[in-house]
Amino acid sequence: MRPSREALYQEHGGMQLFWFQGDRLEYRARAGEDGYLWDVQGYYGGDINKFWFKSEGEGAFGEAIEQAEIQALYSRAIAPFFDLQAGVRQDLTGPKRTHAVIGVQGLMPYMFEIDAAAFLSGKGDLTARIEAEYDQRLSQRLILQPRAEVNLSAQEIPELDIGSGIDNIELGLRLRYEIVPEFAPYVGIEQEWKLGGSRDFARLAGEDPSVTNYVIGVRFWF
Amino acid sequence: MTKSNLSLSRRRMITSLAALSGAAALPMPAWATGNMGRHGGAAVGKGIHELSGPKIDLHIADGRFATGGRSGHAIAVNGTVPGPLIRLKEGEDVTLSVHNMLDVDSSVHWHGLLLPFQFDGVPGISFPGIKPGARFDVPLRLRQSGTYWWHSHSGLQEQMGHYGPIIIDPAGPDPVAYDREHIILLSEFTPMHPHAIMKKLKVSEGYFSRQKTSASDDYPLSAEQRRMWGRMRMMPTDIADVSAPTYTYLINGHGPEDGLELPYRPGERVRLRIINGSAMTFFNVRLPGLPMTVVQADGQNVQPVAVDELQIGVAETYDVIVTPNAAGAFAIAAESMDRSGMAQATLTSQPGRKATFPALRDPPLLSMVDMGHGGMDHGGSGDKAGPAMDHSQMDHAAMGHAMPEASPASGHDGHDMGAMDMSGGMNMRDTSLLPASVKVGPGIDMVSMNPQDRTGYPGLGLEGVPHRTLNYRMLKSLAMDHHKRAPDREMELHLTGNMERYMWSFDGKKFSAVGDDPIRFGHDERVRVKLVNDTMMAHPIHLHGMFFELVNGQGHHQPRKHTVIVQPGSSATFDVTTDEPGDWAFHCHLLYHMHAGMMQTVSVAFPEGAA
Repeated sequence: MRPSREALYQEHGGMQLFWFQGDRLEYRARAGEDGYLWDVQGYYGGDINKFWFKSEGEGAFGEAIEQAEIQALYSRAIAPFFDLQAGVRQDLTGPKRTHAVIGVQGLMPYMFEIDAAAFLSGKGDLTARIEAEYDQRLSQRLILQPRAEVNLSAQEIPELDIGSGIDNIELGLRLRYEIVPEFAPYVGIEQEWKLGGSRDFARLAGEDPSVTNYVIGVRFWF
Repeated sequence: MTKSNLSLSRRRMITSLAALSGAAALPMPAWATGNMGRHGGAAVGKGIHELSGPKIDLHIADGRFATGGRSGHAIAVNGTVPGPLIRLKEGEDVTLSVHNMLDVDSSVHWHGLLLPFQFDGVPGISFPGIKPGARFDVPLRLRQSGTYWWHSHSGLQEQMGHYGPIIIDPAGPDPVAYDREHIILLSEFTPMHPHAIMKKLKVSEGYFSRQKTSASDDYPLSAEQRRMWGRMRMMPTDIADVSAPTYTYLINGHGPEDGLELPYRPGERVRLRIINGSAMTFFNVRLPGLPMTVVQADGQNVQPVAVDELQIGVAETYDVIVTPNAAGAFAIAAESMDRSGMAQATLTSQPGRKATFPALRDPPLLSMVDMGHGGMDHGGSGDKAGPAMDHSQMDHAAMGHAMPEASPASGHDGHDMGAMDMSGGMNMRDTSLLPASVKVGPGIDMVSMNPQDRTGYPGLGLEGVPHRTLNYRMLKSLAMDHHKRAPDREMELHLTGNMERYMWSFDGKKFSAVGDDPIRFGHDERVRVKLVNDTMMAHPIHLHGMFFELVNGQGHHQPRKHTVIVQPGSSATFDVTTDEPGDWAFHCHLLYHMHAGMMQTVSVAFPEGAA
């Protein structure tokens, strides 16, 4: 009787799930060399406690990967719509830094999905990233998604070409079609500006601090 | 064309397959030998075969079910979906033998039957479950009559076809006069595995809905109302967690394209025994042009009440009498509450003549009343008698969101949200309103500010229809209530949830978190239980082992029920005499809500001196 009792309890509310989402997997057409970007995340766990992982990166075709990172986080539900997340981030390009991460991810009033995190690198550099997305259904399958991302830095990090203050801002608009909710190709446009010190670093390197990307990609989950 | 297997006249009892089960000398059908094959094995039959007699065998096996161009794995009992009708007689003895031919554990719960708790069929609460290849015998002396049903209580097998009807004929004369009867067993079929459904519900809010608000919808919502729903991070279309087209809605195992016909002769009193055996779907049931007289609810006779449409929650049953006087064909239309689909059958006096089915009506929407911000009494149609309980009224005008006394909110013709001032930043989750027994955490996304008793409410979407609808306050038991004691004590239980995370619980605690800490009752206590729904969904709450009396203002004629719908953002109250000792399951009968944790054990003490 005891095993069936334990099984019953576990079955009714103790479910553990694996979820993987490719939020953005896209080809980016722009002035100069076209590029690519990935932004994936997933978790394993129950309603309250989860192991959460995230990875994003981008680059231009024919060149080395410009930026890539992976995060491994413990995620805990702290409110009906919010998880607190803490763990580590490993940069896979450049100086390959390791960061401590603390952040929140969830759903804001008015249905804005938000992911905000602060990063403290092994070198003592403090940076932060805030991402927000909103899904506007145009029909049951066609969805327009405005997206904003801001990267911040508490100090200048010359070896990464990052100035202090607002490092960069990205504003995007993606139109996706959910063939099924799990699989939705999209087209979109994204504008990126480097600001302040980061803009100066870009100019010094001969790069345009303002880039417009025309994107085509796919969003999926399973 | 498929004809019903259950067109029996009252005076011509069919013993049918019952003989088979006892007679080992006869060649055994495939389902009785376990040769149904594995997934993708033998085709599952439809319709309802009748079993009766002192020994009844049920064989649970895998099979393949098909309807309307879709097919998939099913769990069939005795080779059919639904499984057989178990027809018994009050006062008689029967042994129900359950044979598990699956390669996983199984069980059968006898929904609504009074029996010793160890035979109630809930693995982990009343018994350890039935192992693959094993048999479990249930010896019963029947001490009730009426329409009931049975289903698996293991995993999510109920979604896969493991259910069937029970009829117990009364020992004496039946107070309900009828010439013919038909079972109307409502359910769903989907080729999608229930575990896949559960995961999608968990990771993707609103996954199954194709009726969400969008920039191109024609819902009667103002921009301000849309912003308000967005601000609350909730959806006014969150009515059915799973719906068509994922589900094909069935009557007696027949999808709309199967063209189920149920015969009648003009002038007959036809008793329809309506059973909602679905996993997740509330149905609006009507026969356009044919009034229904409700005579029984959850197996208990009630004073006849005439309606044109009724909403039946998951696990409820209603017996109704219809009297088609002329020859013809009537649609038996069971529309899902969210109006995404319809179960269909034809009641016809001429074989082959199909009824014309009504079109699906516009989908309804939730309103502020469904969020517990109602201030008015949903008297509904018919009986205006209020419930016996007092409900403290809040001063809504002072709160700045007074609602007109007139028509209730929701429904396409009566959205009263616009009349309310929603700009005040109303707190949707004021946890200070909760009693200390509720554990506040991420699993609670809403607290009803002013939960009203809505037993006078006919169900979402039926408040504005231009004909008579049923509500709980219209149900009066035929017999006088034998339990005249006032409650010894009262308890309040909150139905809690988080739509976004798909967490469901009682008092903020999932069953997995409660474990061995049941709700305890003494022997033969008289308890008043108030259920407060702090969610936006209607929950059909089912107590195993005992009937309760719904506190609906009908004095000594309060109806006895085994399942009560607690409307969104509102309360419902029942009185129960805890005279059935043992451990009993108590849960939301929406299968995936139960599976997410909206379940508890009710433990009734044995009488002193009992062994």
